[in-house]
Amino acid sequence: MRLITTVVRPERLPEVKAALFRAGVTGITLSRVTGHGGEREVIEQYRGSTVVAEFREKVKIEMAVSEPFVEPTIQAILSSARTGDVGDGKIFVQPLDAVIRIRTGERDNNALTAVNADQVQRAAIDAARGAGVEEGP
Amino acid sequence: MTQSQLSSGDTAWVLASSALVMVMTVGLAFFYGGLVRSKNALNTMMMSIVALGVISVTWVLFGYSLAFAPGNAVIGGTGWLAFNGVGVEPNPAYGATIPLQAHAVFQLMFAIITPALISGAIVERMRFKAYVAFLVLWGALVYVPLAHWVWGADGWLFKLGALDFAGGTVVHISAGVSAFVVAKLLGPRQGFQRTPLVPHNVPLVLLGAGMLWFGWFGFNAGSALAANGLAALAFVNTNTAAAAALVTWAVLDTLRGGKVTAVGAATGAVVGLVGITPAAGYVTARAAIVIGMACAVVSYFAIQKRSKSKLDDSLDVFSCHGLAGMAGALLTGVFATKLANPGAADGVLAGNPGQLWIQVIAVAAAIGLAAVGSTVIFFVVRALFGVRPEVKDEIIGLDLSEHGEEAYLGGDLGGLAGPGVAIGEGVVLSSSHAAAPATR
Repeated sequence: MRLITTVVRPERLPEVKAALFRAGVTGITLSRVTGHGGEREVIEQYRGSTVVAEFREKVKIEMAVSEPFVEPTIQAILSSARTGDVGDGKIFVQPLDAVIRIRTGERDNNALTAVNADQVQRAAIDAARGAGVEEGP
Repeated sequence: MTQSQLSSGDTAWVLASSALVMVMTVGLAFFYGGLVRSKNALNTMMMSIVALGVISVTWVLFGYSLAFAPGNAVIGGTGWLAFNGVGVEPNPAYGATIPLQAHAVFQLMFAIITPALISGAIVERMRFKAYVAFLVLWGALVYVPLAHWVWGADGWLFKLGALDFAGGTVVHISAGVSAFVVAKLLGPRQGFQRTPLVPHNVPLVLLGAGMLWFGWFGFNAGSALAANGLAALAFVNTNTAAAAALVTWAVLDTLRGGKVTAVGAATGAVVGLVGITPAAGYVTARAAIVIGMACAVVSYFAIQKRSKSKLDDSLDVFSCHGLAGMAGALLTGVFATKLANPGAADGVLAGNPGQLWIQVIAVAAAIGLAAVGSTVIFFVVRALFGVRPEVKDEIIGLDLSEHGEEAYLGGDLGGLAGPGVAIGEGVVLSSSHAAAPATR
């Protein structure tokens, strides 16, 4: 079991969510975060004041996954969050000691399998295919 | 004098204009409120709103009488105290076709917004009680005499022939100079020049600027005290100068930073409105464009310079109202022409250079009275009430420390955690608040 934490651009969030759902990762937790990577600062001007915004808005996504899902999750994030510019974010992978589902008290891998994961994954793939058909020639 | 001398059209316009000028004070609250940090938004807005209450009462009790009742060259008489003798009959000196009460309430709205303008210089760091005391004293000791000098039928600047159509000297120079003085005496905010002190809500700034622009039609065109050609002239000039200043500001923004800013557009419009105020009923629309552009240039560079100085005139009241007011008052002496207003005077360009000199005297008088009056009032208020909150209160924000309220209850987590828990009899335990750590 791994805890995967990723920090991505807010404007890529819809794509990242879709990619994670296609990979079967349905349990995610989002937070708005601010931080600093290596990207250029944003300069804002209010009358005579020039403000250099040192920190950028990002979205942090946390998900606990079982071992077979670790690499697909990483690939889903890489394919969807990348723009190629500085500031695309990071993926952190950490070992996880225990997971407990509060509703049932199930533990570890049992607690990690989403009840409706198959359904979500199928819907996501259908949606992607539908969009592809409409856009394609 | 009979009712038949009243014009229903003139009366309707002046009453409507009074309501328009009233809305300006609310617009000012939004304009200033958006420009400060969220923890001081309510305090800043209340500095304008409270003037609607306080000055309305003092104006009825003594303000109108001392400004406009027959008196001497320096101060009005006591004949109209508590609005005694201020009735529905017209007074030829103050609008021959409208009830004197309409003139009194129109002037009241000016008396309200003028001291409220000063508040922009001292936001985020003044005790509210001390501010209210300052407001009352300034309204009585600076605004009332100056209004009498310039607009009272026996005021000395009025008799001298100073041109001030709607209050360039009385309203904007006096407020701008007082703002400079009080900001200097009060000292800068915590963190001034070290941390960014920037607007928390630019849409509110635009809303406020829009309300000011809207209300300014009453301010300037209403100053004709009649629904006539002069009102139309003032209306057109008002809009033209605001527009010219907005465009000029946008160009200057572009030259400086490459981008047109929203705060800049709002500021530019207000500066153009300030500049045209003394001139609105005396100049042509072409001159209004020049006045708007000139005032925008003056204010723009003054703000740049002020931002790098030690003076924390927080919302640049001196640059926007003081300097643009002075520029407008002096340019009135340049551009005034009887072609625009046959009943008034010519300026320099129409062959009357003496008018500019009279304008200089009026500007100097307004600066002198405002500077001396504000200094004295400030020290009196400081001795009586103390002007600065404690440092910790200033850091928490004046919304909580002065008013016990928040503009945005609970901050970011407020919506998630709910606003709080009622523990009976209207006492509520809050789960969080925006500005300060939750230690009690």
